[in-house]
Amino acid sequence: MMIRSIAGAIALATLSLSTLAATTQEEAQAALAAAQTAESEALAAKAAWMPTEATLTEARKAFGDGHWDQAKAAADKALSLARLSLQQANQQKTAWRDAVFR
Amino acid sequence: MTLCKPDTELLRGRGACADRGTLRRPLRRGWITLAQGAVCALVLVLAPAWAADETDPEADRKALQAFFFAKFPKVAKDDFGNGPYAVNQEMRKQWKEIMEFPPYEFALDEGHAEWTKAFPNGKHYADCFDNKGEGIRQTYPRFIARTGQVETLEGAINRCRVENGAKAIDPMTGLMASLAAVMSESSRGKPFSIVIPDDPRALAAYQRGKEFYYSRKGQLGVSCASCHMSSAGERMRGDILAPALGILAAMPIYRSDWGSMGTTIRRIATCSSQTRAVPLNADDEDYRDLEYFLAYMSNGIAITGPGARP
Repeated sequence: MMIRSIAGAIALATLSLSTLAATTQEEAQAALAAAQTAESEALAAKAAWMPTEATLTEARKAFGDGHWDQAKAAADKALSLARLSLQQANQQKTAWRDAVFR
Repeated sequence: MTLCKPDTELLRGRGACADRGTLRRPLRRGWITLAQGAVCALVLVLAPAWAADETDPEADRKALQAFFFAKFPKVAKDDFGNGPYAVNQEMRKQWKEIMEFPPYEFALDEGHAEWTKAFPNGKHYADCFDNKGEGIRQTYPRFIARTGQVETLEGAINRCRVENGAKAIDPMTGLMASLAAVMSESSRGKPFSIVIPDDPRALAAYQRGKEFYYSRKGQLGVSCASCHMSSAGERMRGDILAPALGILAAMPIYRSDWGSMGTTIRRIATCSSQTRAVPLNADDEDYRDLEYFLAYMSNGIAITGPGARP
């Protein structure tokens, strides 16, 4: 019983410590770069979404203010949105034909 | 034991001989029938895809118009040029009241004044267009063989300006909308007569416009067809969705939501942003091709512009 309690306490402490680990500037920068690259691709494909742009702006601002956690979170979200927009564009290259009224 | 002559075989179970051809015929017939059936099935499955691959603007137009005539049987053909007012009686009443003092009148005044001004080289807008620009709006957009691209009415106006020493103007609103209003007014009642010349590039532009119309876009993942075909006549928040048929007939429009005039491109760009897609540049080929497709679909529908919309 005591050993279980100690083990549980150690596990809880480890979990707490891991969630407190901060994002570094380099990590935030890498996330931002990845998001910007994906969004550039979406813009070139004429497939960009407005929320992606808004989220990227948010990420850039957070990065500029030195809030690395916030910047990375927003950049990761922007990356997901950009990838979804590209996926939509790729699917629609053929999927549009199914919608044609005959 | 029965012995058969050459080129004959023993019929099993019958004790008689028959031509090899006779024996094989049923088997061959069976395989041929199976093969024919497979080909027919393949044709039936692939025919829609093949049909979609073939570009037939006239068939598309007839199908789209038939769709809307069936969906709105009480709407007269030319009334489709009045957009949401053709399919909603309450909105129509409000529109009639608004039209006692048309909100685009100031744009017409500005357009007429500008139309008569000379360019730096002494020429006028009338010198750029057939019939001095009167009664020709219904033929735009046009496919221009020299450039291999579609040219909208606004594109033609800007080209006229640039070729005569003036600067190009914003194709979405302001002076451009006023000039387009003047040209539209002179075409009121004339049916759209968009031409797709015998040029593969023109057909390709039409096909790209058709693809744009049916492609889902933006974070909301809707296409032009989603709103203006399947949901035409229904409400989207406070608006009634106009049918795609005749949707360009009233352009340019004074839109209450804008508090100003806007051209077709302005409306298309607004629609893009409403689907949460990043709008393209005003002169983007995709928008021009879409306008080409939509205008061709409305061939036969009378011009009602300039117009007023909610």
